[in-house]
Amino acid sequence: MTNHWRDIKNADVILINGANPAEAHPVGFQWFVKAKLDPTKGPGAGGGAKMIHADPRYTRTSAVSDMYLRIRTGTDVAYFGGLINYVLRNNLYHEEYVRYYTNASFIVKDGFAFTDGLFSGYDKATRSYNISTWGYETEGDPLPGPAGTTQAKAKRDMTLGHPRSVFQLLKNHYARYTPEMVSSITGIPVDQFNAVAQIVGEMGKPDKVMTIVYAVGLTHHTTGGQLIRSGAVLQLLLGNMGRPGGGMNAERGHANIQGNTDHAISWENLPGYLRIPAPGQKTIDDYVAASAAKKSDPNSQNFFGTNYRNFMVSLLKAWYRGAAQPANDFAFNFLPKPATNSSWMSIYDQALKGKMEGVLLSGMTATSIGPDSNQVLQALSNLKWLVVMDPLPTTSSEFWRAPGMDPSKIQTEVFMLPTTHWIEKDGSFTNSGRWAQWKEQVIPPEGEARHDQWILADLFDRVKTQYRQQGGKFPDPLLAMTLDYADTKKPTLDEIAREVNGKDLNTGLLMTSFANLKADGTTTSGDWIYVGSYTDAGNNMKRRNGVQDPAKNDPTGMGYYPTWAWSWPANRRVLYNRASADLDGKPWDPKRPGIQWNGTAWVGDTPDYGVAIDPKSPTAFLPFIMNGEGVGRLFSTSMNDGPIPEHYEPIEAPIPNPLHPNQSEDPVAFLYDQAAGRPNRFGKVDQYPYVATSYRLTEHEHYVTQHVPLLVGLQPQAFVEVPQELADTKGIKNGDRVRVSSARGKLEVAALVTKRLGPVKLAGNTTVYQIGIPIHWGFVGISAERYPELAKNWLANALTPFVGDANARTPEFKAFLVNIEKIS
Amino acid sequence: MTEITRREFLKLGAAGTAGMAIVPLANPLGFDLAAAKKRALDLRIAGAKEVHSVCPYCAVGCGLIAYTKEVNGTTQLLQIEGDPDSPINEGRLCPKGATAMQLATSSRRVDKPYYRAPGSKDWEPKSWDFMLDKIAQNIKASRDNTFVAQDANGNIVNRTEGVAFAGGAAFSSEEGYFAAKVMRTLGVVHIEQQARV
Repeated sequence: MTNHWRDIKNADVILINGANPAEAHPVGFQWFVKAKLDPTKGPGAGGGAKMIHADPRYTRTSAVSDMYLRIRTGTDVAYFGGLINYVLRNNLYHEEYVRYYTNASFIVKDGFAFTDGLFSGYDKATRSYNISTWGYETEGDPLPGPAGTTQAKAKRDMTLGHPRSVFQLLKNHYARYTPEMVSSITGIPVDQFNAVAQIVGEMGKPDKVMTIVYAVGLTHHTTGGQLIRSGAVLQLLLGNMGRPGGGMNAERGHANIQGNTDHAISWENLPGYLRIPAPGQKTIDDYVAASAAKKSDPNSQNFFGTNYRNFMVSLLKAWYRGAAQPANDFAFNFLPKPATNSSWMSIYDQALKGKMEGVLLSGMTATSIGPDSNQVLQALSNLKWLVVMDPLPTTSSEFWRAPGMDPSKIQTEVFMLPTTHWIEKDGSFTNSGRWAQWKEQVIPPEGEARHDQWILADLFDRVKTQYRQQGGKFPDPLLAMTLDYADTKKPTLDEIAREVNGKDLNTGLLMTSFANLKADGTTTSGDWIYVGSYTDAGNNMKRRNGVQDPAKNDPTGMGYYPTWAWSWPANRRVLYNRASADLDGKPWDPKRPGIQWNGTAWVGDTPDYGVAIDPKSPTAFLPFIMNGEGVGRLFSTSMNDGPIPEHYEPIEAPIPNPLHPNQSEDPVAFLYDQAAGRPNRFGKVDQYPYVATSYRLTEHEHYVTQHVPLLVGLQPQAFVEVPQELADTKGIKNGDRVRVSSARGKLEVAALVTKRLGPVKLAGNTTVYQIGIPIHWGFVGISAERYPELAKNWLANALTPFVGDANARTPEFKAFLVNIEKIS
Repeated sequence: MTEITRREFLKLGAAGTAGMAIVPLANPLGFDLAAAKKRALDLRIAGAKEVHSVCPYCAVGCGLIAYTKEVNGTTQLLQIEGDPDSPINEGRLCPKGATAMQLATSSRRVDKPYYRAPGSKDWEPKSWDFMLDKIAQNIKASRDNTFVAQDANGNIVNRTEGVAFAGGAAFSSEEGYFAAKVMRTLGVVHIEQQARV
């Protein structure tokens, strides 16, 4: 989230896409309801915030929304694109914000084009773009950048009239997204769309603000990255980024998915969103030159790019203290440099190719998570060894005896290691709103269970001992890794939290600001964005000054509660908050200030801007300090599949793309099977005529809640939701057993016949039904033990395709084709 | 109602309405039963230690208060409820959070390490030493088998291609950080967690 849960109460309009907060994040949803019940919020004269829910399924979120739009899954770029078009066509954008706070004025290179669904530079053979035409036209002397690089200033036309300005390109691009076109793609009736557009359009007024809330209903598509970007572009046009009550807010699904994204259990990053080095980068200079953003304006602060080297060296000092010296470029060569994408599906893809020998799974079950569970089972069978670290049995620890598997033929050696629960250990969880909250150990570990970090430390110690005794490939990093813990086999989370924060090696004091991190090897920080979370004054994540005294603990009244826990970065509660005030430093809406200039300092939330920088100074930085442009990017060169979001159909789609039928799906979506020389297994609409989407129920968290009796009692067995009209034509009655099949697998479960789902009318007068599939159940857990015969085909992800988003390689869990039939 | 503090109010609410966080509550203090419930609750947690935690499920980050008591030298968990001081949940919990106690005290836990040999139809209970030694040997062998020091272009890449690590959505951040540090040091490039899936 750019903002945070409690901040949603500050919004006038709440757009919800690809999310169902009332059921998936019920307690966070109270802040949506607060906004709705607050008469000072809302469009026009107020009367309460308007909540608009676009979702294939009418859910409890829809039930309390002001408007519900039945949208075809995976078509939200068309919806947001239509809103962008409406805002631009009717001059409803926030004029000053767009001109000065976004790259609307930047001139794009001659040669950039978009024709018949393809941007310039596409190579069909490699399914990728040469993005050389996607940059800005430049002028003047080169500006100095990180690691000796330079880049000239981007040319701007502040009138926004230049035909190759981002503003005009955007206008042209989205002119195709008429209400009729939007309707023919999404299935949202034109009059409903127009009604929404009218409300959203008003949010471009400086004293109005809208938030967009989304979840994995937007990310789990081959166009996932662009789905999010299309919402962000709309928010920039309306001037809603950086403001209380605004932003792009991802509701994350797991207690600490945010913290562990920050700390980079993620193939492409090192902690703090530093990129993993790539082959060919021989030195830190090469690495920084390739990874750090460069200024495209002399007034751009480019904070991240400028400090990249400080953060990287401080990380290497945290990991390899004495062995990381200027003479060896701070042990830069200790870090692995991946050849290719190594994300989730790639792990199983490599196993299918026989190249992956061993996998360690901690609190994740590959089998249920999928996609394409049957193929994942095959991949696990190809491994030499599998380690499952979990407090409870999972569909991965038990994969070798899954229904249909023959254990005698599976040569994978499997290790089940019992680990402690959250309540048996301390440490911090970072929530969706970036608040890092420390929790105490409540009870001692059960039975023989051990902490994950103790298991990893002990394993590491044993591996290191073997290298010492027997030698082996490149043992240097293992022998050098810092183990600054009282017991190197049992590091405490408190010790690690201090390591994450980092310290000044000269003084021994914990760091208080990432601005003080250095590239000379005198500072350490395991994750620069967490500097300040734990200082010599104490563990800030433990702070508890909350609603017991709102007057004292929420001095601005905006809900920041700055001394409740700690949020990254620098305890800032709303990201990009310089953009919450105008050029002079006055809040766009005085009733809802983010930060403001009081004549001598920025006050309010922790400013993301130099606290004493006078906004009227000619050298004042541009508002968005984290990127090279210094402004928000309506046009981005960092996406693989285009600088402007475009609607593409899911890989399995019920209709050809109405915008460009000859380029229906995302041209850069990654087709794993095809790339590996295996046949693609995609269904066509003649055999699989229904669109399916998956989701989670309130009682579920994948997949641990299958072991909680009270929750199992509430949702005892697997089902799919089938629209009433479709059920009628198929002779399916509520409670009947049905088989849902895709080109990859089948699901055999009960049918829940419902009016929550219904037909959508698309281009060519095509009527399409959508089927809803809750993910959760499988062959392990209380339900499976109770109904072993029924549970044989309960893995929802047996159906989903093994394809990845063009940018993030996120699987397309949320849009695929199926057939459904009654099991007689 | 004026003599009842917010904390007590929420304790009453938690007992009677667990799992109904999104339903506007009728005043739960309007019933005579409430006072009795409060008394029962007070008795249940009388003399207990209050410990702060965070809900293990979704990423709203609801604050929890756990009540524990030392009985015959062991710590017993008596109750978990929403933390009324938290600006995030203000004491409220959803059905998952409200049943967190059942996850915390589950009888379905894996009690000890188990090993499944290649081709075997069964688990065998094993000691931690047996497991960790064998896994460490596997990690070293796979690392040595699949380690690439230099790629075809002569670049130093120092990567382990044949070992993958996935996990972390339920880890504390510090465990996740430590996992990333250990895995990168082993040269692992296939590192993943729940963010993408």
